[in-house]
Amino acid sequence: MKAFANHFTFEFRTGLRNRNLLLMNYLFPLGFYIMMGVMMGQINPLFVKAMIPAMIIFAILSATILGLPSPIVEAREAGIFRSYKINGVPALSILSIPTLTAAFHAIIVAAVITATAPSLFDAPTPVNWAAFILLCLLSAFTCAGLGALIGVVSANSRVTILWSQLIYLPSMMLSGMMVPTSMLPKALNKVGLLLPPTYALHAFQGLGQGQASGVNPWAAVAILLAGGVLAFGMAIYLFSWDSQNTTRRGHPALALLAMVPYVVGAVLF
Amino acid sequence: MNDTPIQVRDFRKVYGNFVAVDGISFEARRGEIFGLLGPNGAGKTSTLETLEGLRASDGGALRVMGVDPTRDARKLRDLIGVQLQTSGLPENMTPGEAMRFFCAYHGAAPRPDLLERLGLAEKMSTQYYMLSTGQKRRLALALAVAHNPPVVFLDEPTAGLDVATRIELHDMMRELKAAGTTIILATHDMAEAEKMADRVAILLRGKIAASGTPRELTAAGSGFTKVSVRTEGQSLAGPVTFPGVAQQAVMDDYAVYFTTDVGPTVSAILAHIQAQGDALVDLRVERPSLEERFLEITAVGAAR
Repeated sequence: MKAFANHFTFEFRTGLRNRNLLLMNYLFPLGFYIMMGVMMGQINPLFVKAMIPAMIIFAILSATILGLPSPIVEAREAGIFRSYKINGVPALSILSIPTLTAAFHAIIVAAVITATAPSLFDAPTPVNWAAFILLCLLSAFTCAGLGALIGVVSANSRVTILWSQLIYLPSMMLSGMMVPTSMLPKALNKVGLLLPPTYALHAFQGLGQGQASGVNPWAAVAILLAGGVLAFGMAIYLFSWDSQNTTRRGHPALALLAMVPYVVGAVLF
Repeated sequence: MNDTPIQVRDFRKVYGNFVAVDGISFEARRGEIFGLLGPNGAGKTSTLETLEGLRASDGGALRVMGVDPTRDARKLRDLIGVQLQTSGLPENMTPGEAMRFFCAYHGAAPRPDLLERLGLAEKMSTQYYMLSTGQKRRLALALAVAHNPPVVFLDEPTAGLDVATRIELHDMMRELKAAGTTIILATHDMAEAEKMADRVAILLRGKIAASGTPRELTAAGSGFTKVSVRTEGQSLAGPVTFPGVAQQAVMDDYAVYFTTDVGPTVSAILAHIQAQGDALVDLRVERPSLEERFLEITAVGAAR
């Protein structure tokens, strides 16, 4: 427990000390939130209706999909995991603690957004706070699992950026964060259903905000949960201590299994 | 109590078709500093990393404190301390955090006193990437020994360090040895190996080319002992022969003799000086170094 607490404290501090992580965890999502609140509130009034969940999901994506994978790859390449292995740091801690701290930073930003958006931009507050908080945690867990998986299977930092952007950019455009999914062509709607933020937004709208949702919110919750468990499970299974000495237990392509719940969702909805 | 904490029997390590280590055997005793020497690619790192549980063995038997490092990696963790050649610490971690972090995973109390002793007290809150090379090496050593492991692996422990820090680290190694810690020292610094190691093994192309105490190894070579003599007069100026001397020369006012039999040579030189009514100003005897022997062994190996 002491080891866990020490490790958690260090990783949490790293999220503030490391300039890149500070940018991804706080500066980028909060700056974007202010910018979107000022701009989009005037251009698209529908945006304000979904502003709090949309900006929370954006903050989660920024901390987990953009911020989390690179440090995992860099630590493996620098031999830090070898040193951890020699000193008895388990693989589960190596993956779960940065995942938890990334999610924790995202939750802090989520709290700031939730507290300020109603007064700053007239954004509607959640009607079901318990569901809203649980969905924040679930979305953070699912995206962090995916971020950890990207870090584990990426051969180097360049590949990490590629995989991260492959999830991040379509999520921005197709999940309903910027434009309501009802306004998108049907084909793009289907593509959007391959991404976790789409389900997170539907769940937030249906359960947290008490608004109409294009996808059954409980089904969205189930898909998010399954996606998160699969992503994190595959990250632990495919984890390697270093890029030279150890062989993976499975081919990196197995990581695609983490997408199965979203593919099922795209078929069903 | 384990009297031979490190036991290696017919160890093999293969990468594809390349045999990195080809059936080597050695032991390191309790409280011994065992030097593992060899040129790059000789198999040192493969041997060390397999003993540390980082690589799997491809043959033979390895035991560290009775534990098979390939199969019982978990048991191994608290039995060994490893100072890695590369840093192995996150850039944003401070020495104080690193000490608490690793000691917590070993279930040991942090040792800030070690950081103080190694001159890192003022750097306790400095992030790793801001430390100098020497400070990083000292931190790595402190972390390797903080949980009092019975076996410590040191990979080039003093590379890039200033003289004072090198002496401090050597003192610390002697203290560990006196306390019964077995140290496996991998180094390219032959002077360090000769000074610190009780026994050494020289690896060449995956095999042990020579092993023994540094004195035994140097004595077994064809190197000559160098005897340099300076006198007040000219008693050694002419062509004088002494027993055991194979070559002689004059260097900077010194008559220099290369001998295979140092005792009779020195006795004969002194007797000659006295007989000539001359006076001795300086006499120096330099044994062949481990470095010379190492070069001899590796040159023979390369020629094969």
